[in-house]
Amino acid sequence: MHKVIIPIGPQHPALKEPESFRVVLSGEKILEFGYRLGYNHRGIEKACEARTYIQNIYLTERICGICSHSHSSCFIQAVEEIAGLQVPRRALYIRTIVAELERIHSHLLWLGVAGHEIGFDTLFMYSWRDREVVMDLLAVITGNRVNYGINTVGGVRRDVTPEQAKEILKGMDILEDRTKYYAEIATQETTVIKRLSGVGILSHDDAIRLGAVGPTARASDVRRDTRKDDPYAAYGELDFKVITDTHNDVYGRTIVRVGELMESYKMIRQLLKNLPDGPITVKAPRRIPAGEAIGRYEAPRGEDVHYVKANGTDKPERVKVRAPTLANIQAVSKMLENRLLADLPIIIAAIDPCFSCTDRLTAIKDVEGGAQGTMEWEDLHTYSIRWYRDRGIEFGAANKKLSAMMEGKK
Amino acid sequence: MGIIEKAVNWGRIKSPWILHFNTGACNACDIEILAALTPRYDLERFGVQLKGTPRHADVLICSGPVTGQVACRLKRVYEQMPEPKFVVVVGTCACSGGVFDGCYNVKSGIDAVIPVSAYIPGCPASPMAIIDGVAKLLGSLEAKEAKQ
Repeated sequence: MHKVIIPIGPQHPALKEPESFRVVLSGEKILEFGYRLGYNHRGIEKACEARTYIQNIYLTERICGICSHSHSSCFIQAVEEIAGLQVPRRALYIRTIVAELERIHSHLLWLGVAGHEIGFDTLFMYSWRDREVVMDLLAVITGNRVNYGINTVGGVRRDVTPEQAKEILKGMDILEDRTKYYAEIATQETTVIKRLSGVGILSHDDAIRLGAVGPTARASDVRRDTRKDDPYAAYGELDFKVITDTHNDVYGRTIVRVGELMESYKMIRQLLKNLPDGPITVKAPRRIPAGEAIGRYEAPRGEDVHYVKANGTDKPERVKVRAPTLANIQAVSKMLENRLLADLPIIIAAIDPCFSCTDRLTAIKDVEGGAQGTMEWEDLHTYSIRWYRDRGIEFGAANKKLSAMMEGKK
Repeated sequence: MGIIEKAVNWGRIKSPWILHFNTGACNACDIEILAALTPRYDLERFGVQLKGTPRHADVLICSGPVTGQVACRLKRVYEQMPEPKFVVVVGTCACSGGVFDGCYNVKSGIDAVIPVSAYIPGCPASPMAIIDGVAKLLGSLEAKEAKQ
């Protein structure tokens, strides 16, 4: 049977972000899978070098809007280590509360997207409705629904009042109730089990060999969680379990994420109960002494690593980010081996990819072209306009408007 | 205006179909756009429906400051949409580059690449702001139609 190459993306109904995949098919079966990153490359690492540490907190927060607190905390942990700052315990607790709320919102979001990818839109609408509960809590504590801006060098910017704590606890009760219902769906609903079982298998050994992180690794029974392995913030004082599963497939990844939701509710209750008194911030120097440090952080998608090098000025000399999706994307080609094309969206969605995290420093050679790579982008573009014109479709009016605008700009 | 045109315009205003394209955003605006379509905010009550292809869309909703690699794709997606078409940009970085202004791979705003009909600022723009923006765009179309 002859091979067919299908390009997917950067704009595609199954993808929420601009990324491009190249799938080689034989019939319905996937033979090869290649990905092309860089559509979301904004040059954040370079931009960090031109901004002060305080500005960088807000910039790193916008590496990714879903795990924004992860990136800013990870960056700040490295900076605080270089500066030798002793962050007050209350600040660490508040950071951890926001971190766990973020994990809840991210996992509920994933549950919805996974439901959407398998054609179970009811689950998507349900989990996104429940997600609004945690979004409201985040808005109450931090003042913003997404991109919270609660971190600052040496502590946090806002305190949690007893009234807010009460509200959070109330929210946790509602969400726990709902998550139990989702756990029921995941473990009893036949259609879900049938659709997810045996799809996207990543064996225990492969997960270790390919360096998978986060829920993707834990669903392959790899006990890898930075919160336990290298406790930061308040995690050392918390009692929680690392959820693992032995299914090795998308079904296992669902079970792990739902299980982690339950652990997060438990953690938030503990954090609020033991919230220590005291200041929420220490005075931090504007200039950070020379040195280098690595921050490790368990983001909702896996371990996030930030490397910061300071040179004694108020701007870092080098910042390097290793986002969890970059570690997990390698495993996707393994998961897709010999699977059907129809499984592709859910397998990709199962690692909970976040390409805005990943696309920062990927060197891309533009090889976008025609059949033999002889057509440049512009040629291809003209060709497609001609193709449509031959068939009586004229984009001319729009193009005129566009070129008039471009002329005006020049 | 003929009766058919009138009917088409009425349909367009009462049920605009949208296409969402992330042009290098941090995902924050994108999850807020999706949140606007889910039960709490329910943009669908204005007849707004999310579509998968530019050929079905009346309104292109963009988020993100336009990275170097995505710019030509954005132009192409815009070209593929049927006339009349509208572009709504969501988020400060889509309006003007925002926090990414000055980054080497960023074009600082959608309007550097394609014409824009409505700007919704915010980092990220909240679902309420997005609904407000879309409703204002629809309102302006209605007013335009009434004038004709």
